[in-house]
Amino acid sequence: MLIAPTGGGKTMAGFLPTLAELADGRHQGLHTLYISPLKALAADIKRNLRTPVEEIGLPIRIEDRTGDTTQTQRKRQRADPPHILLTTPESLALLTSYEDAGHMFKGLQRVIVDEIHALSESKRGDQLMLALSRLSTLAPGLRRVGLSATVEDPPAIARILARHPDPCQILEADPGPDPDISMLETSDRPPWSGGGGRYAIPAVLEQVKAHKTSLIFHNTRAQAEIFFHHLWLANEDRLPIGIHHGALSREQREKVEAAMVAGELRAIVCTGSLDLGIDWGDVDLVIQVGAPKNVKRLVQRIGRANHRYNAPSKALLVPANRFEVVECVAALEAARDHDLDGEPMGDGPLDVLCQHILIRAAAGPFGADDLYAEVISAGAYATLSRDRFDRCLDFCATGGYALKSYDRWQKLILRPDGHWQLRDPRAARQIRMNIGTILASDKLKVRLKHARGGMPLGEVEEEFAATLVKGDTFLIGGQIVRYEGLREMTIEVTRSPSDKPKVATFMGSKFATSTQLSDRILAMFRQEKWPNLPAHTAEWLALQREVSRLPERDRLLVESFPHDGREHVCVYGFAGKNAQQTLGLLLTQRMEEEGLNPLGFVSTDYATLIWGLDPLKDAKPLFSRENLTETMETWLSGNAVMKRTFKGAAIIAGLIDRNMPAGKRKTGRQATFSTDILYDTLRKYDPTHVMLEITRAEAMRGMVDYGRIDALLTRIGDRIDHVQLPRLTPLAAPLFLEVGRVAVKGRAEQRLVEEEAARLMAEAGLPAAG
Amino acid sequence: MNGYSFTFAGLQLEALRSGALWWEAESVLCVSDLHLGKSERMARRGGPMLPPYEVRDTLIRLEDDLTAKAPQTVICLGDSFDDLAAADALSDEMTAWLATLMAGRRWIWIEGNHDAGPVGLGGTHLSSFRAGPLSFRHIAEPGEKHEISGHYHPKAKVLTRARNVTRPCFLTDETRVIMPAYGTYTGGLHSHDAALAGLMSPGATAILLSDPPVRVPMPR
Repeated sequence: MLIAPTGGGKTMAGFLPTLAELADGRHQGLHTLYISPLKALAADIKRNLRTPVEEIGLPIRIEDRTGDTTQTQRKRQRADPPHILLTTPESLALLTSYEDAGHMFKGLQRVIVDEIHALSESKRGDQLMLALSRLSTLAPGLRRVGLSATVEDPPAIARILARHPDPCQILEADPGPDPDISMLETSDRPPWSGGGGRYAIPAVLEQVKAHKTSLIFHNTRAQAEIFFHHLWLANEDRLPIGIHHGALSREQREKVEAAMVAGELRAIVCTGSLDLGIDWGDVDLVIQVGAPKNVKRLVQRIGRANHRYNAPSKALLVPANRFEVVECVAALEAARDHDLDGEPMGDGPLDVLCQHILIRAAAGPFGADDLYAEVISAGAYATLSRDRFDRCLDFCATGGYALKSYDRWQKLILRPDGHWQLRDPRAARQIRMNIGTILASDKLKVRLKHARGGMPLGEVEEEFAATLVKGDTFLIGGQIVRYEGLREMTIEVTRSPSDKPKVATFMGSKFATSTQLSDRILAMFRQEKWPNLPAHTAEWLALQREVSRLPERDRLLVESFPHDGREHVCVYGFAGKNAQQTLGLLLTQRMEEEGLNPLGFVSTDYATLIWGLDPLKDAKPLFSRENLTETMETWLSGNAVMKRTFKGAAIIAGLIDRNMPAGKRKTGRQATFSTDILYDTLRKYDPTHVMLEITRAEAMRGMVDYGRIDALLTRIGDRIDHVQLPRLTPLAAPLFLEVGRVAVKGRAEQRLVEEEAARLMAEAGLPAAG
Repeated sequence: MNGYSFTFAGLQLEALRSGALWWEAESVLCVSDLHLGKSERMARRGGPMLPPYEVRDTLIRLEDDLTAKAPQTVICLGDSFDDLAAADALSDEMTAWLATLMAGRRWIWIEGNHDAGPVGLGGTHLSSFRAGPLSFRHIAEPGEKHEISGHYHPKAKVLTRARNVTRPCFLTDETRVIMPAYGTYTGGLHSHDAALAGLMSPGATAILLSDPPVRVPMPR
């Protein structure tokens, strides 16, 4: 594994042995597989690799293969593979699912995994490593090379990369000079709440003018869009500025990429789709709008600027609201102290294993012992017990139910020779269509309301759409619109004159802030004055201290206040997003029991905001240890987070087809039903089923952190400061535009329906009761 | 068992929380779209192997209604089975249980589009059934009077001041009642779908399956 900062030329270093081995032109077929997390990166490497190869005149064929590759080209690649194939984890998994995989990968010598630090944090990495375990069987001499940006724990990533239990050599390059990072000074003050960073547009434009090429990063696509829109309006000098994010069409993205490479753009407004080591040449400034939720990501983004290895990279942070000013200052300190953060890596998830078993079955008959041996050679699955493997295999074969009712229809059957094979070979097609671990949520189209079908504006997630009430305003395609209603799976909106959306933006990569940052922020709150913060933010904190309090490490601040027709409770636990999320689930369940009619909550790394119909008068009983522990015992039952987790795991593991939940059949939607029903049914009749076990493990990994809640409760003891206020506080304001709201389905819903029914019946002149 | 009582064709009917319809005066309980055997049918056709417990779950709920109301007549309003083969494939345990539920009362299977044809489970098989002023059939017929039907699995969405709430529902107007699906593995069709909006008169209402059921003007 080679670790070097961006701009160090590590990708080319990774390819050098390949070029040397292929130079004599004797190798037939596939020699090197290059895998990157991004399609754009594969295309970029193809450009950068082909140029020197053609200039030297080496007899090497280089091709890429991603979701964008045409059918014809894919077929040809399998029959006659190039020497070097550049691809993504999903496309590789697909290649291993074909019956001719053995033929295609037979002569494979090397596999290069680029940006492995990014892959190692997700299920895509787990899927990739399982695919590599398969390749190591098909091509026994295969060598693996991992390329990584600076990471906090190189041996942990090396363990994932290497074939278990083989050792992995780690090479660390000189990290280069420290980056030059500071906060952008603006004449306008950042708002209390909001995520767009619009106030900073004049200052950002000045910076763009003063530099050759700038990258302007945002944490979400929606924010990138609205920022771009307003940047254009203010761009009086007509500077060439482009936008790039994952939701744009391929043509649009390619156009921007080409213009960038040709040096035609002065700035690109972008999101994580440009986050990884794409070499854009002359970028000399990186601007990060919104708090960099973790320091590692910040450092990697800064790596974009100034690709000369010995010059420091230059970056500016633009906090979007005043809380983010505090976060940015903390992040700057952390970056200067080289205090990189990261999550510990867990065991390989079983839903990905189930998918891998199905992919293996699609490629042809297999022996369970052989496959188990292969699987545990992947680092993340090294400790997988045979029993758990067998349960996953049984799930793939028979459904794994206590009630054995699929004997005749099971998916995999055991042949007399002890090998498993697909009962119906046509199932291979369905398995291939379900490959992948990225879950796209169901989307609904948004249109302007118009008699003859208005202009399409884009798409929003179904879950977000379900939270909308007529009159809500939200942001899409760079404009603010008003929700009018739902018509045949399309959301109808009108243009809204307001300049601030009422409802949180719909898309967001949810980055969790590390505990290190939380601790730094709490330490900052203890200061009497804040000379190290801009005056507006220091005033804002002083105001919070005056009207309420500032959170402290060994106490728990709970604020309750009415806002916008609902009662709110804000709990500042500073326990990290996962723990705050769990706290939200536990507290809303306790509030439901106390008759406070909670409606939903949203969590950040610092706080949980709960809203409902009735005000919280006394916070202490909510936090009683016995009550919460008791709630913890039962909460795992039917909560919304578990159901959401179940749906994701069920899709990855192949329990349901990817397109089934949103199945749009011509005969109407009554044929499809919600995965929540499957979850409830399993819980009732087959509570030890492996899918529930996977769901629980996933929820524990992703959302729940009872250990940290328990630690928090121990730390605070009975030091709960409950402040009741007539209106929202400075510190609570940023929470109102957070993404990732969780709805609570309790008695409040019944009350709302009864209220509305009474109103509607009266309006229609109908009797309220039958 | 708190249901919602309403007047239809001059009769007093009760929409039960479970999705069943109770006609007390004649001791008739009507359920629609049980879709028994749906998981078996999906697996048989090469689809996903869903948790095979929907028959059990549906029968448990049906048994609760039968115990509470002790009807003399039960009408299953069609699509009782996901297809005829699914009816044959019911396990012995489920078949015996169904027989217990049917014992001692008149049981009428109305044919649906999924289960057109007799099944070997006893009871009376009819394409439609008339009782007093009411006619029972699977799919609503435009122009029919005092008709109880199923098929569409209606659901309705209420926009409350804080959130949208969607629930399966009964749709009612002067001439018809369209029943919600009773089976566990069933989805729903929005009342604002053209198919339903076209069938129901302007004054139609929806009775939402909540606890207790709530009546609203039919959302369009």
